[in-house]
Amino acid sequence: MSIFTNPLLEAKGITKYFGTITALENVDLKVHAGECLGVVGDNGAGKSTLMKVLSGLYKPSAGSLYFQGKEEILESPKDSQNLGLEMVYQDLALAGNLPIGENIFLGREPTKNVGFLKFLDFNKIKELTNAHLGKLKINVKSADQKVEELSGGQRQAVAIARSTAFNAKVVIMDEPTAALAIKEVGKVLDLINSLKKTGVGVIVISHRMDDIFSVCDRVMALFQGTNFAESELSNTSRDEVIGWIMGKK
Amino acid sequence: MEEKDNKKESLYLKLMPYIEKYGILLLLVLMILVMHILQPDVFLSWRNVTNVFKQISWQSMLALGVFMVIVTAGIDLSVGSIMMLSLMVLAIVAKAGAPWFIVVITPLIAGFLCGLFNGAGITLLRMPHPFIMTLGTLYIFRGTGNLISGGTPISGFTDEVRYLGHGRIDLTWLGLEKSQYLPVSLVLIAVVYIIFWFFLNHSRTGKWIYAIGGNPSAARASGINVNKILIIVYSLCGFLSGIGALILAGRTDSGYPNAGLQSELDAIAACIIGGASFFGGRGTVLGVFAGVMIMGILRNGLNLMDVSSFWQQVLIGSIIVIAVYIDVLRRDLGTRK
Repeated sequence: MSIFTNPLLEAKGITKYFGTITALENVDLKVHAGECLGVVGDNGAGKSTLMKVLSGLYKPSAGSLYFQGKEEILESPKDSQNLGLEMVYQDLALAGNLPIGENIFLGREPTKNVGFLKFLDFNKIKELTNAHLGKLKINVKSADQKVEELSGGQRQAVAIARSTAFNAKVVIMDEPTAALAIKEVGKVLDLINSLKKTGVGVIVISHRMDDIFSVCDRVMALFQGTNFAESELSNTSRDEVIGWIMGKK
Repeated sequence: MEEKDNKKESLYLKLMPYIEKYGILLLLVLMILVMHILQPDVFLSWRNVTNVFKQISWQSMLALGVFMVIVTAGIDLSVGSIMMLSLMVLAIVAKAGAPWFIVVITPLIAGFLCGLFNGAGITLLRMPHPFIMTLGTLYIFRGTGNLISGGTPISGFTDEVRYLGHGRIDLTWLGLEKSQYLPVSLVLIAVVYIIFWFFLNHSRTGKWIYAIGGNPSAARASGINVNKILIIVYSLCGFLSGIGALILAGRTDSGYPNAGLQSELDAIAACIIGGASFFGGRGTVLGVFAGVMIMGILRNGLNLMDVSSFWQQVLIGSIIVIAVYIDVLRRDLGTRK
């Protein structure tokens, strides 16, 4: 398949220094459309730094990013959003005091013109939210419910819905199941699988082998800021991946 | 059994937003009733009602400004000083003989610039908390106001300048008596509050102000320029304090050094009574208006009953504590822990 020869997102030789500390050194990463890449590594291996480079929050000290084969320089999270690169943060980055719909469209609210003034179009927000939640099969009582009234799993679902509401091509998720009750984990993993079917490239950072082995197609391990190992999921085992995290091949 | 629970919960979910939005109005209506029963002849008379609105006119501007700041989880301690400095600038410009249309915009510009200074300090100088920046400017602005005026009152403005604070809209064409006029300041309060209600609830910037109060890192991750929004909020707060100065100039016909002394605390109290949360992201414009009214009616009613101002202080303080405690109880019921 041609999509597997041309990666959607590719990072080459990413290096990031913080003062004298080397957080990342010469790291490569790629993800294809409809594919899920698992990124594993111990605490401090550089996973979060790499994701922040991909989302435009950090500028790499060296290396380059290619999106659909074209080199891109990301100055801010806005730039990566414009490309269709979305991030789901570990702390979810939702405003609890706002309703679900307004969280999904936060910063990109649809408006209508009344004379020379621009007003928020609440009907459109509600309509688009219901359609989008329906497409992802996310069940909530109402799009008007405040996020602080939701359970952890529902919040995670809203965060994922938020990341995919604007034709996202690549979604990066940082520990999507870390804060969830066991029965909610399955729902979020189902959601990731349905995202893949729509042709979105997904990158999942996780400590949980169960997550990696139920949604990912490929897994790569970072160790002390460098590429340590990488494999198709079918060619490896849990024990081997756990070994990589600890720096053993 | 489960169905019953569901029904109960859905009724609860339906009622919750209304209680959250309009609960404070119930308290206000209750207070009006109590005052009316205690003072049946005077309290609801035309003269006394317009008097209450005239008394709260400038406080309501400060409270609205502070409210927006509190929604962002910030605080502005300098509004009283901004109002005093704007008032002094107005007085000096008026005494210098500037035409009235120049005089009336000077406090608005002065207030806006003071607010801009606060906002710039909080964002660009990266002050650890708005409390510190605005505590500093509380002294700076009042000191500046005294420096430019020499610390003495400056009195005597033209009728045009005094119109917003002192003007009367004649209602005799409605068949009412001459004494039953509408204060211009009451109309001004209504217009300003409606404009800011629209701004906060129906514009993107307004929504972002609430989002910043709810979760600043979420706002930042959504591509919102948090610093820019904060500068806008503090500038608008200063601007509203400038409107307060213009009203006060009309009411007192004088720029005086003690103008707005401790009124920042009244403004904060009105917001808290009105249901704004110090942690940001919660509160309504209607709530602030109710908060201002509750404080105004309490003062007015106690004055009518000849209760000493010392008791007024005790009562207002108690209302703050009780109002917030009710809020705490309500929130325990309303959200998941």
